[in-house]
Amino acid sequence: MRRFGGPALFVAALLVMTLVVPNVLGPFRLQLLGKYLCFAIVAVGIAIAWGRGGMLTLGQGVFFGLGGYAMGMYLKLADAGGGLPDFMVWSGVDSLPLVWKPFANPAFALAMVVLLPTAVAVLLGLLVFRQRVRGAYFAVLSQALAAAFVILLVGQQGLTGGTNGLTNIQFFFGLDLYEESGQRLVYLVTVGVLAVVFVLAWQLKESRFGKLLVAIRDGEDRVRYLGYDPAVVKTVAFAFSAALAGIAGALFVPVVGIMSPAELGIVPSLAMLIGVAIGGRYSLVGAVVGAVLYNYAETSLSEAWPSGWKYLVGALFIAVMVWAPRGLAGLDLKKIEIKKIDIRKLDLKKVARR
Amino acid sequence: MIANQFVTGLSIGAVLLLIALGLTFTFGQMGVINMAHGEFIMAGAYTTYLVQSFAGTQAVAVALPIAFVVGGVMGLVLERLLVRRFYGRPLDTLLLTWGVSLILQQAAIDLFGAPNVQVSAPGWLRGGFHAAGVDIAYNRLFIMALAAAGVAGIWLYLTRLSAGRRMRAVMQNRQLAAISGVATDRVDQLTFFIGSGLAGLAGVALTLIGPVGPQIGTYYIVDAFLVVVAGGLGQLKGAVVAAVALGLLNSYVELWTNASLAKVVAFAVIVAFLQVRPQGLFVLRSRALS
Amino acid sequence: MAPLARRGLFALATLTLLALAGCSEPAKGDSGSSSGDTIKVGILHSLSGTMSISEVTVQKSELMAIDEINAAGGVLGKKLEPVVEDGASDWPTFAEKAQKLISKDKVATVFGGWTSASRKAMLPVFERNKALLWYPVQYEGLESSPYIFYTGATTNQQIIPGLDYLKQQGKKKIFLVGSDYVFPRTANKEIKAYAAANGMEIIGEEYTPLGHTEYSTLVNKLAAAKPDAVFNTLNGDSNVAFFKELKNKGISADTMPTVSVSVAEEEVVGIGKENIAGHLVAWNYYQTTSGAANDKFVAAFKAKYGADKVTSDPMEAGYNAVYLWAEAVKKAGSTDVEKVKAAAKGISLDLPEGKVTIDGDNQHVYKTARIGIIRPDGQIKEVWNSGQPIKPDPYLKGYDWAKGLS
Repeated sequence: MRRFGGPALFVAALLVMTLVVPNVLGPFRLQLLGKYLCFAIVAVGIAIAWGRGGMLTLGQGVFFGLGGYAMGMYLKLADAGGGLPDFMVWSGVDSLPLVWKPFANPAFALAMVVLLPTAVAVLLGLLVFRQRVRGAYFAVLSQALAAAFVILLVGQQGLTGGTNGLTNIQFFFGLDLYEESGQRLVYLVTVGVLAVVFVLAWQLKESRFGKLLVAIRDGEDRVRYLGYDPAVVKTVAFAFSAALAGIAGALFVPVVGIMSPAELGIVPSLAMLIGVAIGGRYSLVGAVVGAVLYNYAETSLSEAWPSGWKYLVGALFIAVMVWAPRGLAGLDLKKIEIKKIDIRKLDLKKVARR
Repeated sequence: MIANQFVTGLSIGAVLLLIALGLTFTFGQMGVINMAHGEFIMAGAYTTYLVQSFAGTQAVAVALPIAFVVGGVMGLVLERLLVRRFYGRPLDTLLLTWGVSLILQQAAIDLFGAPNVQVSAPGWLRGGFHAAGVDIAYNRLFIMALAAAGVAGIWLYLTRLSAGRRMRAVMQNRQLAAISGVATDRVDQLTFFIGSGLAGLAGVALTLIGPVGPQIGTYYIVDAFLVVVAGGLGQLKGAVVAAVALGLLNSYVELWTNASLAKVVAFAVIVAFLQVRPQGLFVLRSRALS
Repeated sequence: MAPLARRGLFALATLTLLALAGCSEPAKGDSGSSSGDTIKVGILHSLSGTMSISEVTVQKSELMAIDEINAAGGVLGKKLEPVVEDGASDWPTFAEKAQKLISKDKVATVFGGWTSASRKAMLPVFERNKALLWYPVQYEGLESSPYIFYTGATTNQQIIPGLDYLKQQGKKKIFLVGSDYVFPRTANKEIKAYAAANGMEIIGEEYTPLGHTEYSTLVNKLAAAKPDAVFNTLNGDSNVAFFKELKNKGISADTMPTVSVSVAEEEVVGIGKENIAGHLVAWNYYQTTSGAANDKFVAAFKAKYGADKVTSDPMEAGYNAVYLWAEAVKKAGSTDVEKVKAAAKGISLDLPEGKVTIDGDNQHVYKTARIGIIRPDGQIKEVWNSGQPIKPDPYLKGYDWAKGLS
């Protein structure tokens, strides 16, 4: 990045995305690109939590969902214009449930987009990291969290729309999402948010905090002996990634027009991770490019070969992990040398924790 | 009802134990997060379906050894071709094997069709009996027996056979085992073979109570991992206790509430439990510092 | 890694990036290929993921109908060209692919969907683009989009006849078992209203997550509650586990019959005929339904996809959808959506389930309700039917007890 003059490249990319791309792509593809960019925002968070902090989080869908539902609830209420959202009518709910009421206020809803995922992540993080649950344990736990979250959401049909989720969202703060101009503006907002989030993550990564995070990833106990509390540092990084996922979920709602449990479970949470793995978990640029590329590949492969595209996606995972474990970014930037670990030199305790 | 649920809980626990047993080897001992474990279970179930064409209604019994080998060989191939390159990078194996599982699911759709297929239970596994106010179905009894046999078999293998002792040696201290002349490479292959073979066995048993279709791996995989995590990595004892405890928890919570809540409660309990014992029920003692 | 391989992979990545840049769709509408000598139609079902177990065969029967129509000379002198997409059991993907079929392929219509969630996700896309969707599965009603034709049953053509049948059989105490999603929850709401008005008692209501396969506790609850009958709205794989558990707990159809509304011939195969024989189902079509149109349909399906394959209600509804649309296009003399919609009103065809007429008001179809009992050979024997096609009433306006439901 620095080699190319990072800031210059960043500005150039931003200009291309805002000025050139919307005029080249048709409205349908532009909407899809907007969706990919939402996942790129998640990817930036994952690159911090996983790439920097070594926390393999398989439950980003939960935070994506919390942000998405917070935004979706406001938009549904705004669409309903004082009435009940459509799904409550056919679910037999007579009056607006208490939890929904504050979401009529846009400021509250926007705050919740960030606060809800952050709060859940802080709670889980403190519980889990303080007890030094890490590596595979943490991965499995976060995956189970995603599974439990989806079951909870689906079970409360009157409150959450059940499996359907929140659909048919037409307006976003006065923008008509069914119109091309509205969609274009939402796309531009997404690009803007991604840019801001990227810069924030970059600052975080370059700061003392970022260095500490990497140190914890590579030797948690050593950092503890130096007098730091790794649990707090990890929790902050985890919460940051959760907040980004929440923001991405909130943007996903106007971009796609839907928020449903189908986007939040184990499989979609893994998909969020895969993009980062493909692009390169140690590189923020890699994560963003990887997320966009992966989602683009899913779209185009499934359009090209609808009955067998899963073969190709599976093969893609395998190829990346075998030949490019550090992702596409790792192919070029050899600077980051991770310690090569041989299981023959490890004992079980370490393996389990890693 | 309360007593009845106890038996139900035990039988749910037996199912959990069967699906998790193989993982205590591949995940617990080798640190490989094998997402394709569920698809090995699926392979075992489809093996039963294929065996049915010549074994008829006795397919379940005939398929047991065959499914063990089918699952085992699939695991061995996976280990030799791919996983071998990933030791020490467990989190990478997760993504790798996830890709494998996608391919296997799609292959099942193309080979056997998307709808479920039928596996008939043999006559001696149909129905059940009533004793002391408790209903017991023969198929559940069979699954409990199979789980118990699996645990006993593994325990004997680990403690009585030299191959098993080598496996334990590698698991406890790989370097020391290697210098002492244990061919760790061979042990790894064998471990993966047995772990995946156990998934095949579980697949056969599951045809008695559940569907046989391309998606079944995904239904069981998360539960299986939770059992291993709650029990402690690589701990046979832990897996048994965790599976039975989760089974009982599930049966009573579902009795008093509903199935959805039972799953959520199980998760909450595991998180809470890991507060007390962050490494699961049982931990392998080691002097190594991380 | 060898430098060569590394360079190769990097080149591959660059190529993909270039493809991304180059493969953008033409900016403003063209490439519409309903012109030329084919008419494109979209087929959108889940070919992967959990719903593929149900949706793949519906897709097959729709493709078969298209082949048959083409063999008979096509529509308006043009052959139909199916464009297949995968909804991947993911609702936003359904919306995305629907949009792709409409704006990129310019299809004349789309046949697709299974779950209510997928339909709800696609609905705004079709309404916004003023395009047509034909939805082939029985569903929970309470919907009538001007851009969707519903060729499966709505509640008054399936669930209410099922309840009428139970009432007629003197079943008073009913237990509701369903998967936790929109169709069972909405259907059960309607069932409870019906029960209250008809002297029936709902003694239990249980939901399990989609894909749930552990039914021992639920069956224990059933055994303890001892209902006269169980109304079953479980979906897909869960039915297999549920009926195997019932069988093994020794609960037979004689003591506690179940009425299922999501178990058809194809599900019976997966459940195992010995596990479900004797239980009841409610649909509008069975493979055994008599009539020349059905004989032809079953024979054609077996000839095309294998003699061991069975046909079922949703497959038939998908097959019907293609024929009904083609008929409307012929009548309209155009594939223009508004003209087809206008022409479709009142169209009546002899299809495998019998006479099917499109209701002009709500774009559902008149269907004959049929209650069947599963035979030991896995086929379904009709034990009751409504005599004549029932007028679709998605909002149950014709039922006093249903006031306040919608």
